[in-house]
Amino acid sequence: MNVTNLTKIALMAMARNKMRTFLTMLGIIIGVASVIAMLAIGQGSKKSIQAELSSMGTNMLFIRPNSDMQGGVRMDMSSMQSLKIEDAKLIEKSCPSVAAVSPLVSSNGQVISGGKNWPTSIQGVSSSFLSIRNISVKDGVMFSDQDVLRANKVCLVGKTVITNLFTDGSSPIGKTIRFKGIPFIVIGVLSEKGQNNFGQDQDDIILAPYTTIQKRVLAIQHVQSIYASAINENASTQAIAEITKALRASHKLKDSDDDDFEVRSQSEMIKTFSSVTDMLTALLASVAAISLVVGGIGIMNIMFVSVTERTREIGLRMAIGGREIDIMFQFLLEAVIISLVGGIIGIILGVLASAGVSTIMNWPTSVSSMSIVLSFLVCVATGVFFGWYPARKASYLDPIEALRYE
Amino acid sequence: MDEIIIKIENLKRDFLVGSETVRALRGVSFELKKGEFLTIMGASGSGKSTLLNILGCLDKPTSGNYFLDGVHMASLSKNDLARLRNHKIGFVFQSFNLLPRTSALENVELPLLYNSKVSSKERKERALEALKAVDLIDRMGHTPSQLSGGQQQRVAIARALVNDPVMILADEATGNLDSKTSYEVMDLFQSLNQKGKTIVFVTHEPDIATLSKRTITLRDGHIIKDSPVENQKLAKWFLENLPVNGD
Repeated sequence: MNVTNLTKIALMAMARNKMRTFLTMLGIIIGVASVIAMLAIGQGSKKSIQAELSSMGTNMLFIRPNSDMQGGVRMDMSSMQSLKIEDAKLIEKSCPSVAAVSPLVSSNGQVISGGKNWPTSIQGVSSSFLSIRNISVKDGVMFSDQDVLRANKVCLVGKTVITNLFTDGSSPIGKTIRFKGIPFIVIGVLSEKGQNNFGQDQDDIILAPYTTIQKRVLAIQHVQSIYASAINENASTQAIAEITKALRASHKLKDSDDDDFEVRSQSEMIKTFSSVTDMLTALLASVAAISLVVGGIGIMNIMFVSVTERTREIGLRMAIGGREIDIMFQFLLEAVIISLVGGIIGIILGVLASAGVSTIMNWPTSVSSMSIVLSFLVCVATGVFFGWYPARKASYLDPIEALRYE
Repeated sequence: MDEIIIKIENLKRDFLVGSETVRALRGVSFELKKGEFLTIMGASGSGKSTLLNILGCLDKPTSGNYFLDGVHMASLSKNDLARLRNHKIGFVFQSFNLLPRTSALENVELPLLYNSKVSSKERKERALEALKAVDLIDRMGHTPSQLSGGQQQRVAIARALVNDPVMILADEATGNLDSKTSYEVMDLFQSLNQKGKTIVFVTHEPDIATLSKRTITLRDGHIIKDSPVENQKLAKWFLENLPVNGD
């Protein structure tokens, strides 16, 4: 018995029951298509979050006050005042792995220009902030260190602020906008960054010297957080260690005390978000994998029905010279062909569905060749696994009994 | 023409039913020469079916010898028996056993699909030839449901012929057919026999036996009669003399 003949026999048997073959296949098709689509959605969001975080600067470090105990009460982070301008200066001076530092103080409120107003937040930073956060200036200039020193009332604005305040399309540079009653002169326009994955509009931003915000808007001495950048991506860990050491010394913490601040690197954030999306992907894929298993059980079920229904046929095939192994391979081949063809159709549908999801729902998707190869192999394994038992059952039939079967 | 195809010596077959041993064949011996047309008769329970299964290499005897075309069957494995059935025996069943929704041609090709030495071209040629021998070449694309009972049995006979067996084994091959169609099918068997095919026909109908050349009658696992048929009748004669129904 050769494989060509066996394949022909199996195909003929399947062609005799087209509808049943198709419905059995459908289980596999849906299973594989959903595995592919789910993996694509999971992988896609992972990739785009990674790209998003990288675009904010892979070398970025973020220092904020840690939630602290005050008389047994855990304090809200924003009320913490443990970070000072001196800390930022100290980091810049004493940490060799840190390239740039910018303190951050921000305030929320209405910004007014002419008759228009817009709710936004104003960020007080130093001029290093642009390089740390990978932001560039489209028009005009960044404020200088002199502006910071003198707490000048100048600012740079993002696209969203411009479109809401300067509806006539005129250039905002040189115009005055008011934030909490304080006039700022617009000296620059930031280039567009669009929405990030968390739905935040990155262009809804106003940058001003941190001294101006501290003294004129908030009237505070501390800073809310500090941004810094490591000299390169690999130096992040080293930079964190240096910053921690410097800040612990300047905050006069004893060895037994916890840090009253927290240093995070962007690469850590990427890892954190990746693990979240990985978990999400695994969850989606396992739900889809269950449907693939259900499809496999469908094959097994149909193969059992088929073996019983075709008992006489099996008896005949044995009588005219089919060996046990021929019968076994015929049924095994039927199961494998169903799962294989179903798998291929499923892969195609899965890829199409992923493309559909990314165009219609605007979700990022990414079909990896690994997931295609994997689901293809799983399909073959499903066919063999769930086809084996019914096929063996068929091959063990006694031809005399089988021929007499009603 | 005196070549011996079947040689059976003291064949016994016991079945274990529960704790009791049922002795279906209690010592059967006969020889069959090439070109014979043998009917095996007997009431139900006489051991007829058991003998047929052993002759068809579907079952093995408990003791005794069976040589088919010189091959000692007891020494063969299951796979060898399958090959033997594929090469040397053509089965015709009472209920035709054609594959449904499959064309006559493909049904006839089926035994050759299990013979890897036959190419697909040769397979088709031989199937067409077999269909020609049963005069159904114009129905080769029809499925069993599009054929009458007699035509279905002729397709089954073509399927039994296609591997050029040393013997055609028919099990009540006319049992599901009306008498006119039965005679047509018997006529086909007779003409095949005339062309040299060896036929073993198991039946319980005495007038079918009169159409063969030799009859073996079984009772309780023994051969009680083994005699040539004197003045063999022709199925054609019956066909021509069927009473015409005036309705």
